[in-house]
Amino acid sequence: MTHAVSFQNVTRHFGQTRAVDDVTIDIAQGEFFAMLGPSGSGKTTCLRLIAGFEQPTSGTISIFGEEATGLPPYKRNVNTVFQDYALFPHMTVGENVAYGLMIKGVARGEREASAKQALDMVKLSGFDQRRPAQLSGGQRQRVALARALVNEPKVLLLDEPLGALDLKLREQMQEELKHLQRQLGITFVFVTHDQGEALSMADRVAIFNEGKIVQAGPPSEIYERPRSRFVADFVGSSNVMSPEFSKAHGGPEAWVSLRPEKINILTGDQKVVSNQFNAEGRITAIHYQGAMTRVVIEANGTRLSATLPAASKTLAEGQTVRFIWAKDAIVEMEKA
Amino acid sequence: MRSDAGWGLKLGAAAGLLFLHLPLLLIFLYAFTTEEKSFQFPPPGLTIKWFVTAWFERPDIWGPLYLSIKVAAIATVLALIFGTLAAAALSRAKFYGKDSLSLLFILPIALPGIITGIALRSAFDIMNLPFSTWTIVLGHATFCIVVVYNNVLARFRRINSYMVEASMDLGADGFQTFRYVVLPQIASALLAGGMLAFALSFDEVIVTTFTAGQQSTLPIWMLQELIRPRQRPVTNVVAIIVIAVTFIPILCAYYLTREGEHTGGGGK
Ligand SMILES: Nc1ncnc2c1ncn2[C@@H]1O[C@H](COP(=O)(O)OP(=O)(O)OP(=O)(O)O)[C@@H](O)[C@H]1O
Ligand SMILES: [Mg+2]
Repeated sequence: MTHAVSFQNVTRHFGQTRAVDDVTIDIAQGEFFAMLGPSGSGKTTCLRLIAGFEQPTSGTISIFGEEATGLPPYKRNVNTVFQDYALFPHMTVGENVAYGLMIKGVARGEREASAKQALDMVKLSGFDQRRPAQLSGGQRQRVALARALVNEPKVLLLDEPLGALDLKLREQMQEELKHLQRQLGITFVFVTHDQGEALSMADRVAIFNEGKIVQAGPPSEIYERPRSRFVADFVGSSNVMSPEFSKAHGGPEAWVSLRPEKINILTGDQKVVSNQFNAEGRITAIHYQGAMTRVVIEANGTRLSATLPAASKTLAEGQTVRFIWAKDAIVEMEKA
Repeated sequence: MRSDAGWGLKLGAAAGLLFLHLPLLLIFLYAFTTEEKSFQFPPPGLTIKWFVTAWFERPDIWGPLYLSIKVAAIATVLALIFGTLAAAALSRAKFYGKDSLSLLFILPIALPGIITGIALRSAFDIMNLPFSTWTIVLGHATFCIVVVYNNVLARFRRINSYMVEASMDLGADGFQTFRYVVLPQIASALLAGGMLAFALSFDEVIVTTFTAGQQSTLPIWMLQELIRPRQRPVTNVVAIIVIAVTFIPILCAYYLTREGEHTGGGGK
């Protein structure tokens, strides 16, 4: 099967900045692919390369097996949902959604029907006579989505589409987006810098850092087997232990990561069992976070954080504690 | 609504208005006087015969009127094209010295007309360009472009670049994007700018004096008429026409841009 999008050693420079640096990745048809990374890591530039707003400095991009290099945006069967939605203020919602079809020369009646259908799909039936200015942020977001989907693109690009929404609406839209993607079977390429969003929605996540993809894989793999300190730290703030620290506490002599939720703190009568490692440290901070409490422990100069179910133990800052983790919770990393 | 202005201010404003508009009223009044050599007050009698005279017996009005309309129309079209292009280029580009360049575009309207006139005249001399309709048009285009440029630039700032990209993303090429996304959003600014430009060109005297040679536009014809009095009220009749032709577009432009401000604000 041909790939929906394929990057072969793609590089995009802006003067001295390597916005995208030698990226090679294949995105499968029908896949929900998330790009995750810190600000300035090249995610948007990657999307713009697919959409055709940028051209690679070197390397090739193909879309459904066809080389796309040099093709302008309007000749690509790819649509984008922009971060600020970029709706046309002088058109009604209906006209906005029908815009792509009008450009293609679809007759008025037919495109109005399609636009209505697309608006139904994003649960905005009956809004077609309004102006974008008369909509809420979440509604505008849906219009932008309908405007892209009505063209039946092969690939839908979404650049932080939920960034401007409040938490509750964002969670609702996450579900709806995921549902739509399943239902339509379109390839989604989704940019975000919210790791929770990427992990919960995507089939596969690519972690960007300084223009490079440092790791790509299913969410569980990214989360549980980070290949580098950067990934361990960026995705879910894993603890990173140096080879010395790891070895001193029974682990392998390598950089290892340990998830905060895998650490437990021993209380008086509990004992260390055979399949566990343990260490002693001093609590330097306790952060109450609702359902969980995050405890920061300093042990031999290494800072570790542990998340514990709230109020499960009586702990105090400055207290010295023994903490344990299962041997198989340790994940060896390839790179520092 | 309670007015905060004191009596002094109100009186000042009234005096100012009177000072500005009394001469205009006099122009209207003397278009109807029966005395044709000098303007005596009050007019000895009132008549509408000068309108008839101007229309039927003064063919010398038609040439300048035609020239003025032609020059204003061409200068406006040129201004619409080049003013829009300049505004588009400057609103998109980011480069060092952009603000200074923008200032250079606006300079012709700040410069005294006499300087623009002399500069153009010597430029035409150097290029050995004979005076023609086109030299007048060029002279007028200098300030007409500025008017359009200013109006359109303000509007371009509101169209963000994402909107253009969104249009291209949805399959529209550059021309379609301009036609369906950019043009509708700058249309009222273009209309307003164009009307202002037309009005400015139609009653321009100073730059025209330097770039017209032997030709007369309507304002220059009026100036000549005042020097040798013959059927003086006819000049007033023409003045009323000029007032109508310049004032109506300016009024329209004012309302158009005001309305644009409202819808633009609502879009945010
Ligand atoms: N048009 C441009 N001209 C110059 N530099 C650019 C341009 N576009 C992007 N860059 C640079 O390229 C790098 C990557 O930018 P990009 O927008 O792809 O980051 P991002 O991962 O989307 O970040 P964010 O999460 O903040 O949106 C940045 O250093 C940015 O400054
Ligand atoms: Mg970005």
